[in-house]
Amino acid sequence: MKINLRIWRQHNGKEQGRLVQYSLDGVSGDMSFLEMLDLLNEQLTEKGEDPVAFDSDCREGICGQCGVVINGVPHGGQGVAQPVRTTTCQLHMRSFADGSTITIEPWKAAAFPVLRDLIVDRSALDRVIEAGGYISVNTGAAPDAHAVQINKKRSDRAFDAATCIGCGACVAACPNGSAMLFTSAKITHLAMLPQGQPERVLRVKRMVGEQDALGFGGCTNIGECAAVCPKGIPLESISQLNRDLIASLFKHDGKDD
Amino acid sequence: MSTSAKETNAELAAQYWQAGEDIHDAKANVALPIDKIWPDRQFTSRLVNPANRRKMTVIIVGTGLAGGAAAATLGEAGYRVENFCYQDSPRRAHSIAAQGGINAAKNYKYDGDSVYRLFYDTVKGGDYRARETNVYRLAAVSANIIDQCVAQGVPFAREYGGLLDNRSFGGVQVQRTFYARGQTGQQLLIGAYQALERQVNAGTVHMHTRHEMVELIVADGRARGIVTRDMVTGKIEEWFADVVVLATGGYGNVFFLSTNAMGCNATATWRAHRKGAFFGNPCFTQIHPTCIPVHGENQSKLTLMSESLRNDGRIWVPKKAEDCEKDPRQIPEQDRDYYLERIYPSFGNLVPRDIASRQAKYRCDEGLGVGPKVKEVDSDGTEHMRSRGVYLDFSEAIQRLGKDAVEKKYGNLFDMYQRITDENPYEVPMRIYPAVHYTMGGLWVDYDLQSTIPGLFVCGEANFSDHGANRLGASALMQGLADGYFVLPNTITDYLADSPKFPKVDTKHPAAILARQDVESRVNKLLSIGGERTVDSIHKELGHIMWEYCGMERNEAGLVKAIGLIRNLRKEFWTNVKVTGVNEELNQTLERAGRLADFLELGELMCIDALHRRESCGGHFRAESQTEEGEALRHDDTYQYVAAWEWTGEGHKPVLHKEPLIYKSIQVKQRSYK
Repeated sequence: MKINLRIWRQHNGKEQGRLVQYSLDGVSGDMSFLEMLDLLNEQLTEKGEDPVAFDSDCREGICGQCGVVINGVPHGGQGVAQPVRTTTCQLHMRSFADGSTITIEPWKAAAFPVLRDLIVDRSALDRVIEAGGYISVNTGAAPDAHAVQINKKRSDRAFDAATCIGCGACVAACPNGSAMLFTSAKITHLAMLPQGQPERVLRVKRMVGEQDALGFGGCTNIGECAAVCPKGIPLESISQLNRDLIASLFKHDGKDD
Repeated sequence: MSTSAKETNAELAAQYWQAGEDIHDAKANVALPIDKIWPDRQFTSRLVNPANRRKMTVIIVGTGLAGGAAAATLGEAGYRVENFCYQDSPRRAHSIAAQGGINAAKNYKYDGDSVYRLFYDTVKGGDYRARETNVYRLAAVSANIIDQCVAQGVPFAREYGGLLDNRSFGGVQVQRTFYARGQTGQQLLIGAYQALERQVNAGTVHMHTRHEMVELIVADGRARGIVTRDMVTGKIEEWFADVVVLATGGYGNVFFLSTNAMGCNATATWRAHRKGAFFGNPCFTQIHPTCIPVHGENQSKLTLMSESLRNDGRIWVPKKAEDCEKDPRQIPEQDRDYYLERIYPSFGNLVPRDIASRQAKYRCDEGLGVGPKVKEVDSDGTEHMRSRGVYLDFSEAIQRLGKDAVEKKYGNLFDMYQRITDENPYEVPMRIYPAVHYTMGGLWVDYDLQSTIPGLFVCGEANFSDHGANRLGASALMQGLADGYFVLPNTITDYLADSPKFPKVDTKHPAAILARQDVESRVNKLLSIGGERTVDSIHKELGHIMWEYCGMERNEAGLVKAIGLIRNLRKEFWTNVKVTGVNEELNQTLERAGRLADFLELGELMCIDALHRRESCGGHFRAESQTEEGEALRHDDTYQYVAAWEWTGEGHKPVLHKEPLIYKSIQVKQRSYK
């Protein structure tokens, strides 16, 4: 099939970007969205033009490195005729009609500056984890894995939250550019486990504080984040974060807890 | 087989390689019983006192299970760690894509498992081409990994009683595999990543994302630093340290199509090889049996589905070629060939990966494959249209367990399959075909995980050490974390104990100046060729050569031909590749060109290694060496060694050093899964 593309081109973070039109022939439905971009890049390279820069790595929907806004929707899966919960790399061209026009832009958020074309800098998400998204246990200091039994329901809930791949689509979808779904997924994951309890109060304070300091917006419960999340992180995670955050306000910064 | 079949003829040898002296590991005390060797090494390995650690710098390249775990652990110990990755975050390393599980000798299922059995299964599964001391240690520390991960908050699957669940995996008869739905790699990697970010916060680890290692600095006989290219700005920079650790994964992308991530590459290990690190068993690559078949020419990568699917799915092809195009549901039971259950009654669909893969290839070669036909050019130059796929059928499991139970176990894999192929595996059998997945070969290391360059340590898939000629399922995660959390942090201290005596190295050192010049001239050369062919078109051509002649089945004529083809292709690359843009920008074409340049050299060495080893073992199947039933035939009298290759310069023949493999704690047998 033949596809018309409008792609955001921006040489680097300092220069202005703009949408550039391309038309691409020979696209098959079995191709993934990124294979379609590969095909475009092969043709641009043959013509001696700069290929479109975009991020991807595993192309299996698990590493979280890929992600572009497709027709206004992060990862694009919710914007096609038969919506699919997916990363960009697992979206297939069979989701688009022959002759359709597709607009492709980078994640747009204050905390994610553009590096080139469709590539943004998402290192702010690492900073949020760095602020407290872990359990403090040194290598070698662990008790036997069966020393603590964990209720299966809570373990499953921890798992559901732990499936976050850190792609940043939630931030890109949020009109406020908030990272609350991302942060709350980690808060919920660790809050459900007995091993996560000692640092629970301190963790939520630090991570939310860091998130605010990094320029992410606040959450106003719009829910766009959960709608585009490729892993289906539930919106309730944010409620869990808020409950923990409010509870933490009544406690001595967590250290004495 | 006659003797002549197993011994390489001298003329061939003289043409492609030179014989060198044997090589040995000197760190494990093999006079001790096998279970005493690791405690002994931990005791004899010298220590570094805590006050000195913060003065020592450790460079770690890679942030996957091995690199991330090592960086976190050495950070916790108080060393200054400089950690590099090419991705935009350490959490993206390709360990994340492992689905099925991680082995550990916990014996929680009380089904006869033990450290010795895990060791035994791993050595046997590797077809007796791994070093037994290393493998035993791997099995011994495996239980600690599970403890560590649970303490970090890794949400392994649990039973209703709150205890951890286990499942069985290909090639073994006990249930020792811990798992986290179909995302075990992701959960383990996030655990290591969180431990790593904790150390970043503590100031012990400095993280450098979007930095690619492009050269190793060897000064005064020791690895003392690396040169990186900043993938955003193009800045080329030297970094210095007391010791360098490579945890950069495998080289499966030499085949272009593989289950590796797009960015996985061999540049770090290959640059180290060119600087003196021997490369162990490069021809030992693993072809994974349960991948989604190729759909067309523009495919960029292959997708693996966990082989845990083989626990409940049954593999078959139609008995008659005329049935191949039929709806599989219309083919009656008696016209189906469940070939693994037929040939290997005791292991059935759970035979090791190499066997499952090769049998699928044979069925398709015989014209019994299913799914879309793809054009193939055989080695005699003739073109054929063949289906490359076999069925993996869950209808029996769905009947036995119910759709819900199957969905609970494999739901995410079924969804993934449906998304990619647009077919519903609950209704129609899946189609699968083997794909390149893992490389057992890698830089040669001793028991301490030190390469032949003093001060260069290698962890995880990047080294050759634990899997022999074939890796068992759920053992890659185990090895990565064993190396990173429990082995390297104990052995590296012995080397670092001497580091206060090392001479100072900085950008003015001749070795650093030379390394930087090499990088700059390579980049300039790539940008100045201005030829006609794209990087990917050459990479695809290399992939075709490797898959055809150095894939699931290899033979002498094919390998000789492949070496010639690769040499020509390398010439084509250096005279006719087209790399757009400049160095001082984010330039993905330049990144790929640099990686391909190294694959074009590594591919040749893989073929030479495959050519020299005139036996079949594990993933390396030489057509000349098989039993009358067509099974792999090893030649232990001639080839029970690790082939450790030494680089001698461009256009020069590599030198073959042999490390004889001596098995004192396990009886060497011909593998049988019948």
